[in-house]
Amino acid sequence: MTTHEITTTRMNPMIDPGMHIWGWEIPVYLFLGGLVAGFMVISGYFLFSGRFQESRHVTCFRAPLTGLILISLGMFALFLDLEHKLYAWRLYTTIKIASPMSWGAWILVLVYPAMAIMALIHLPDQKHLPIRVEFLHKLSQSLRSHEGLAKTIGAINMLGGAILGMYTGVLLSSLGARPLWSSSSLWLLFLVSGMSATAAFIHMVAPTKAERELLAKADNGFLSLELFVLALYLIGLATTSDVHADAVRLLISGTYAPVFWIFVIGVGIVIPLGIQILAVNHKVKHTSIPPLMVIAGGLILRFVIVMAGQHSHWSNAHGL
Amino acid sequence: MSRYAMVIDTKKCVGCMDCVVACKTENNVPEGYNRDWIVQDVMGKFPDLHMEIRSERCNHCDEPPCVHCCPTGASHVHERGGVVLVEHNKCIGCKACLASCPYDARFIHPDGYADKCTFCIHRVEVGLLPACVSVCPTHCMYFGNLDDPASDVNKLLNSRSHHAVLPEAGTKPHIFYLT
Repeated sequence: MTTHEITTTRMNPMIDPGMHIWGWEIPVYLFLGGLVAGFMVISGYFLFSGRFQESRHVTCFRAPLTGLILISLGMFALFLDLEHKLYAWRLYTTIKIASPMSWGAWILVLVYPAMAIMALIHLPDQKHLPIRVEFLHKLSQSLRSHEGLAKTIGAINMLGGAILGMYTGVLLSSLGARPLWSSSSLWLLFLVSGMSATAAFIHMVAPTKAERELLAKADNGFLSLELFVLALYLIGLATTSDVHADAVRLLISGTYAPVFWIFVIGVGIVIPLGIQILAVNHKVKHTSIPPLMVIAGGLILRFVIVMAGQHSHWSNAHGL
Repeated sequence: MSRYAMVIDTKKCVGCMDCVVACKTENNVPEGYNRDWIVQDVMGKFPDLHMEIRSERCNHCDEPPCVHCCPTGASHVHERGGVVLVEHNKCIGCKACLASCPYDARFIHPDGYADKCTFCIHRVEVGLLPACVSVCPTHCMYFGNLDDPASDVNKLLNSRSHHAVLPEAGTKPHIFYLT
């Protein structure tokens, strides 16, 4: 048997014996980024399609506000991950076109006003606001009375959400030194997974049966698409080169396989998809369990991809 | 125009780690961290085994992914010799450069910024050799300008068989190993 044995004297923290530079913060940030991207796309679609006059829909009001909170949490997680925190402001002193992290930082800044304006559109319908700020209500009424403007805001949010969702995948796939991330379908996987998690979230909190039904149907579509994109991702890597095939084996049959198959594929996609297909066909009742499974599956997907990706390596040159 | 490179003769390297100690001393590298290190690469089929000892470090690539992915411009290519450096007070410690390096040559300094080999640019700028090259007891390390046809590195690369580490990663590394 041919031997290839490598011994190194290097033992740098977070690098050796296996890379572990990113802990829980980055998967959580990527998940929340995807979730918020989904909020922007779905809520934006509701605005764009003119449904914003159907004021009871939480999709149009609560979702953008929730999104603002979630993206703030995501950015806080990202901040926690930084090792040189006092210099975080440096992100906003330059735009580096070649760095997805740089344009991601700027996208995150643009997400706030886009979602805030979208949230404003439904302000008057909320009877439960603790305070009533008059100028906000006037602004809101003005926005609602201009249908074209409202639709434009919806379109901007859909576009912004799509870019944000794609960015969470591109962030990893641009780091070509990690073969598991070196895939052109990662952005689509994270975008669809984010959309699916958002549809599940709104399905879970929607007050009306009609809206739950609508979001469950949408989620079934996203989950089916996610399965397809996941298959493309795995097949694409498995057939690229030995290095990429080695990397994808981490998910298919390696260390991360049990978590991947049971929690990402099983609990996160296949089982909730089955239950929700029965639910939309009125065989079983809509419950919070399938959406919760979808949301958990989306989060675990980010954890698995980030952690396994760090273990994947171009070759055995450094002691893997 | 200059383009610095390092050539290491694996037939002479004995893996004594003088280069490692010199680097740590010269650059005040914190305890437990390494900017350069020794790799023993054994390959073949017993009993026909071949061992190569390499002193490894940042490859100061022509296509440095660490520079491309840096969101603040902290990682940059120095105007002198194309050396890849990190400006500490611009680095936010996001670790994208660590993930992007196929050589795993970077680490996070205990003070929070990304750190790595600098080819001892502070020495080179005053006409000295990098610390690792200057202390090597077997004289297996060579440093020079690839764009100068008369440089030692060019002569060696033209006359001896050599390889780089992971050229398939596409980063165009600038550390070469004579075989």
